[in-house]
Amino acid sequence: MNLCRVLGTVVATEKLEVFTGRKILVVQPLDEQQQPLGKSYLAIDHTSSAGKGDVVLVMNEGGGVRQVLQDKTAPIRALIVGVVDAVDVPKQA
Amino acid sequence: MYLGRVIGTVVATRRVSGLEGARFLVVQPVDHHRQPSGPVEVAVDRASASPGTLVMLEGSREAALACDPWFVPVDSAIVGLVDEVDT
Repeated sequence: MNLCRVLGTVVATEKLEVFTGRKILVVQPLDEQQQPLGKSYLAIDHTSSAGKGDVVLVMNEGGGVRQVLQDKTAPIRALIVGVVDAVDVPKQA
Repeated sequence: MYLGRVIGTVVATRRVSGLEGARFLVVQPVDHHRQPSGPVEVAVDRASASPGTLVMLEGSREAALACDPWFVPVDSAIVGLVDEVDT
């Protein structure tokens, strides 16, 4: 799983049925000091409570996502599975 | 998933079985500011997109799951048409 910051939302009216009713968020991967690291991408929110500015836990493994969603053919690879309250990683000297 | 802009079409008459009827589009991946991000790729269209459209795509093995039949050699699929990105 990765730490990401939620940058915002995506609105898509025309989409595959499996996405109906699911919140699609733009997330930016973060390093352990919560600095941006790499390219932003889209993730499906499975916590129902992640919003813009939140730091979240994103699972990036399709097989696990399909088990969580109990849908063997869901074309979803990135799933937000937690909203992070705090990360404590002491800076290396 | 990631965002992309459709920039063209691909015609491929000879193709493997399972991909009959699939529509191939050329897509430029973009970031949340809609700026190009990474190399252009070819994606199977599952959302009736057309050139110029901002789309969302799924990659890797999950792209094939968006197809019907899903046991196909596809690693990029357009799964929705994006109306708005609010960041």
